[in-house]
Amino acid sequence: MIDIQIFDKPLNPAECIAKAGNSASGGNTAFIGTVREQTKGKKVLRLDFESYVPMAISEMQKIAENVKKRWDAYSVVMHHRVGILEVGEIAVIIVVATPHRAAAFEACQYAIDTLKETVPIWKKEIFEDGEVWVAAHP
Amino acid sequence: MKTVELNILAFGIAKDIIGKQTFTLDVPETSSVEQLKSKLYSDFPELQKLKSLSIAVNNEYVAPSEKLKASDEIALIPPVSGG
Repeated sequence: MIDIQIFDKPLNPAECIAKAGNSASGGNTAFIGTVREQTKGKKVLRLDFESYVPMAISEMQKIAENVKKRWDAYSVVMHHRVGILEVGEIAVIIVVATPHRAAAFEACQYAIDTLKETVPIWKKEIFEDGEVWVAAHP
Repeated sequence: MKTVELNILAFGIAKDIIGKQTFTLDVPETSSVEQLKSKLYSDFPELQKLKSLSIAVNNEYVAPSEKLKASDEIALIPPVSGG
């Protein structure tokens, strides 16, 4: 089972975990990415996430298919949020269910690392004195 | 020289640099992704300062040699930062 979605409202970890649940799986890992209150010591007020939605869905689908193939995963759930997020809010949830726990950890790490490299989603950090697109400049 | 009008979407910092999310650009027929990038870099020099600028065609990352058509949906993908 693969479930890929982009929301402009708060994400629900319990729902993601329930969706990934599978009576055959021996290990389910969940990664929850949240908005940090500071970057390099500078206070972050909020983040603004933007996405090229159809391509983001298709790139996440590729990641999920790789996870299923490489780690024999039963289910991969990837939910990402867009729009304005306050400190502490959840930006992304990934849940992977595999036959054994080692694969579940590895697969989940691969999924979030690859998402950060390939999926067309951008975040702008908003500070008290300005705003910056994260990672845009060398 | 015959030209084609390309429909381009810009996201993240590329949208801020160009000043809009969608725009069109006239390029010589059968221009490649690489040629489009050169034109974008000369029209919008601020784009050159980015860590990277990928081009997607119809929702897929493409090689610099890929040829572009008027019917393509072209997207400018500055460094992504999701998660």
